Formats: sequence, structure tokens, C-alpha cells
Amino acid sequence: MSEQVRYRVEHATRSSRIGVGLIAIVLMVLALAPFWGDRQMLRLLAELLTFVALASLWNLLAGYAGLVSVGQQAFVGLGGYLLFAMVILAGVHPIAAIFIAGPIAAAVSIPVAALTFRLRGAYFAIGTWVVAEVFRLLASQVSVLGGGSGVSLPAAAVIAMAPTRQAREFEIYWLALALTVLVLAAIVTLLRSRHGLALTAIRDNEVAAQSNGIDVTRVKLIVYVLTAFGTAMIGALIFLMKLRISPDTAFSVNDWTAFVIFITVIGGIGRIEGPIIGTIIFFFMRQTLSDLGSLYLLIMGAVAIVVMLWAPKGLWGLIAERYGWQALPLQRHLVFDDTAPRSRDKRA
Amino acid sequence: MAPILALENISKRFGAVVVADGIDLSLNEGEALGIIGPNGAGKTTLFGIATGTVTPDAGRVLFDGKDITRLAPEGRCRLGLARSFQIPQPFSGMTVFENVVVAAAFGNNEREAAVYDRCADLLERCALAAKANKRAGGLTLLDRKRLELARALATKPRVLLLDEVAGGLTEHECATLIALIKDVRAEGVTIVWIEHVVHALLATVDRLAVLHGGKFIASGDPHKVIRSAEVAEIYMGIDADA
Ligand SMILES: Nc1ncnc2c1ncn2[C@@H]1O[C@H](COP(=O)(O)OP(=O)(O)OP(=O)(O)O)[C@@H](O)[C@H]1O
Ligand SMILES: [Mg+2]
Repeated sequence: MSEQVRYRVEHATRSSRIGVGLIAIVLMVLALAPFWGDRQMLRLLAELLTFVALASLWNLLAGYAGLVSVGQQAFVGLGGYLLFAMVILAGVHPIAAIFIAGPIAAAVSIPVAALTFRLRGAYFAIGTWVVAEVFRLLASQVSVLGGGSGVSLPAAAVIAMAPTRQAREFEIYWLALALTVLVLAAIVTLLRSRHGLALTAIRDNEVAAQSNGIDVTRVKLIVYVLTAFGTAMIGALIFLMKLRISPDTAFSVNDWTAFVIFITVIGGIGRIEGPIIGTIIFFFMRQTLSDLGSLYLLIMGAVAIVVMLWAPKGLWGLIAERYGWQALPLQRHLVFDDTAPRSRDKRA
Repeated sequence: MAPILALENISKRFGAVVVADGIDLSLNEGEALGIIGPNGAGKTTLFGIATGTVTPDAGRVLFDGKDITRLAPEGRCRLGLARSFQIPQPFSGMTVFENVVVAAAFGNNEREAAVYDRCADLLERCALAAKANKRAGGLTLLDRKRLELARALATKPRVLLLDEVAGGLTEHECATLIALIKDVRAEGVTIVWIEHVVHALLATVDRLAVLHGGKFIASGDPHKVIRSAEVAEIYMGIDADA
């Protein structure tokens, strides 16, 4: 049927070429942070990176797959506890433990999904929270891991990571950077794949997605399991950085869900750039306003409300829709080759 | 030969409103059926029942002799049952081209790269090529309707259900649409078309059915049906005795 190529399909746009260039520069600067930043700066950046990863994962889950979970702390805590259990009880190297925590959490997420996927909308959200609370209660029953009061990582295991404190801090920082890049790269790869096409369609319109042949439930399940995988790895990393875990910190709805939702919503839900922008705003606000005590939470709440009213698709959503920008080459563009005959319509 | 699509004794009510009261409908492969009926008669609901987005209270849906009453919408789409939505349902954050790629790749279970060619062709056929890279959410109603048609065609349907795609078109646009639908039909696709623009139906279909009060009250040769007293009375709101 086709006599000649009249068009090609491209992913990159001018904005995405600039975006990718900028991202590469930022990554380079971040990778060199141990050489330009002090200890406090490294800690802050590592924490920021983990939030970028957590928010990006939640965005995939809620923004794309429409699974508005308020219980992702279940997997943050599970990852953290799995790391402590492996290190303390089995003598596994902490870094290896991070990578083992992922698949275990993914396996755990399957029966959890079987349970919570029966619920719709707000009931699903509440269901995920209940599951996280059950996880917290279970964790407080494990006496070898300190029960309700928690446990510290044994000094021997910490020292085994690197001989000096500075080397350890560098190692942890680079690990945070590498894991975050890994999570983001995985999300980008997923979104660019055939599954990503289905996922983006589901984000925009579930009924139409179904009517166009997409098995919506299956795609959602895949996303749920993958998100649990990533979230648990990041959770393991977070508590490796903290060197201490307890049921209340591990399964905190405030830290691992409320802040993450705030970040995603103000940055732009359903867009890959949103959580990155949101995390930067969140940390900027936290660093400048935290002296104000509880007033700071009030201000954050007010900012969230203002953004939701004035820019329901978040700050990046506002920019992207107005200027057609994408920082990463996700969209497929059909480029007609104008030198070739424009139409090969049989009726023409 | 088994009918390509059959509805058997379909009943559906929303609360007290009966929208289908034991409806039977049978379509042979290659046929083109037009459906008319007053607003709220249950025409769109019937498409929902056929494609699986609405569950009937009673009755069966058969596709090519196979009972699909319990099959999910995506399964029916992959069998070759496609629809356009009366209220367009674009993937608003995706480009027009991507919208069609989704339908082509998933509706027909193909690799993404394998459908680009067909999708570019379809955009030209549906007069959307110039807007291929526009966000679907920013399209005018007219273009959204074109996109509905392009997406439905992209799934390579055996049966195509069209829900009011001609409303709001100019004379010339309507003629182009009719030519396109005739083309699709000539390729062997069975068509069911719900439309208030009666002259477009008369130019295209070979059978016309009138839905009213949850039942088909008339069915047969389009010109005869449209002239019948019953239709004049109920559908056109004209008193037949006057
Ligand atoms: N999901 C629903 N819940 C409740 N009532 C519904 C639902 N869907 C349709 N209805 C009602 O069922 C009746 C039939 O609606 P339907 O959309 O099928 O009519 P239609 O023949 O397509 O009308 P139109 O010509 O206006 O498109 C209407 O009274 C409508 O309000
Ligand atoms: Mg209708």
C-alpha cells in the first residue's frame, strides 16, 4: 500500500531536547555534590532525591493509573523493615538488602491488590490506608526488631559499608542519586513503551481506554506492583540513611503520603515533570518556613488549596498546556515529509 | 450464516425509566442499519449494552454466534466491535495522532510501530492530518467527532457503531462523511448508525429501525419507514391524522 515514506514519528521536541540537556547538566552537578557541598547539603539533597522518587512513583500510581492510594507508607515501611530484618537477622549487606526489598514488596503487593482493588474511589483510598495501619501494627509485634519502640542498625553493619564516616556519607548520597535516577529512568521507559501508551490513555479517559481494547484492570495491577517495588526500595534507602526505624516513623502517613501528595499536586499530577518541580518547591518552602512552627503547615495547606483552585493540573500542567512543553521526550509526533506527495488516498 | 451481531431479548431500566423492553436486533455481515428515535429513547444505551459499557438487566449479546454478554468492553473491541461516543471521549492530554495509535495498537492487538502507517492514513481520511500533533483536549467539537470516528476505524472493526457523527456538519462536510462511511462499508464493515440527520441515513443505510418506548416500533426499507404514519406521529411529533 505504501509507495514511499511521507512521514516519520518522532518523540523529541525542541523543549524536550532542552529539557534533556538541562537534566544532564543537573545530574552532573548532583553527581559531583560531595566535592562542592558540605555534609548538611549532602543530607538535604539525598532526602530531596528520595522525595522525588517517592512522588514520581505516587504520580505513576495516582496520576496515571488513577489509583489514588493514601497507603503507600505501607511499602515505604515494609522496605525499611525488610532492610533492617535482612541486615540484623541474616547479616545481608545493606545495599544488597535494598535490592532484595524491592521484589519482596512487589510480591506482597499482589495479595494487597487482590484485596484493595475490590474497592472504588474513596473506598480504595481508605482501604490502602487501613492496610498500611495493619502493617504498622504487625511491625510493632516483631520483638526482634524492637517491637513498638523500634531498632537501630548495628554499628558493625554500618561500618562494613565503608571504613570512614565521610566515605559512608558519600556512598549513601551516590546511592540515593543512583536509585532515584533508576526509578525515574524506569518510569520514563515504561511511559515510552506500549504499556505507557495504555497508561496515558487510562489517565485521560478510562471508559474510552476500555472501549479501545485496553485491559484497564491489568494495566492498573502492573502499575500497582511496580510502584510497590520502587517504593519499598526507596523506603529501604530512607531508613538506611536514618540508621534507625520504628513502626511510627516507617508507616507515617504524614511523611510518606501527605507530603508526597502535596508535592505531586502542586507540581502537576499526571505529568512526569510534576513531582520534580513539586519537590523543589516543597523543600524550598520547608527550608525557609520551618522556623515558623505549625504556621508552616498552615501555609503549605493554603498553597495547596490555591494551586488546586488556580492550576488544578499543577504548576507544570499550567506551563505544559500553555506552551506545549515537555521536558522529556514522551509524546509521539507525526512529522509529515512535505517533499513527498501529501496524499495517497485511494479516492483522491 | 449466524448474524454478526445480535441482541436477544434485551431489557434495561434506569430506576423507573425503561430504556429497553425486550429488544431483539440482528445484523448480517456487511449490512448497514440506521437507528432513529426521539431523545432519550435509549439508542445510546443500546450501544453501551452492545459494547459492554452498560450491563443489561436481562437478555444476551451475541457476536458472530458467540455469547459476549459477560465479555468486558476491551474484549469486545478486540473481537471487532467498535463504537464512536455520542459525547466524544478523547484522551485529552494526548495528541490526536497518539489517540488513534492507542486505538489501533490495543483495539487490534498490534505492536505500536506497526500501526503508524495506518494511523497516518486514517488521520488524512478523517480530515485530521493537519491537527495530528495537537492536544486532543483542545479540539473543537467537530474535530472531536472526527477523532471518535478515526479511533473507531483504527481498531479495524468488523462492526462499527456510530452515534450521531453527522450533527453540526455543513452540507459539504456531511457529503464527505457519507462518502467515507460508504467506503468503510464497501470494505465489508457492518454498520449501525444512530443519527438525527435523517437524510444522511437515507443516503447510506439499507435498513432503518425506529426505537421508541424501549422497543423497535418500525424497521425495514428506510424510505418506507420514514414515511410511515407511526414514525411521523411519534418521531417527528406530527399528528398522522392531521
Ligand atoms: N447511566 C445512566 N443512569 C441513569 N439514567 C440514564 C443513564 N444513561 C442513560 N440514562 C437515561 O436513559 C434514557 C435513555 O438515554 P440514551 O442516552 O440511551 O438515549 P438516546 O436515545 O441516545 O437519546 P439522545 O437522542 O438524546 O442521544 C434517558 O432518559 C437517560 O436520561
Ligand atoms: Mg444518544
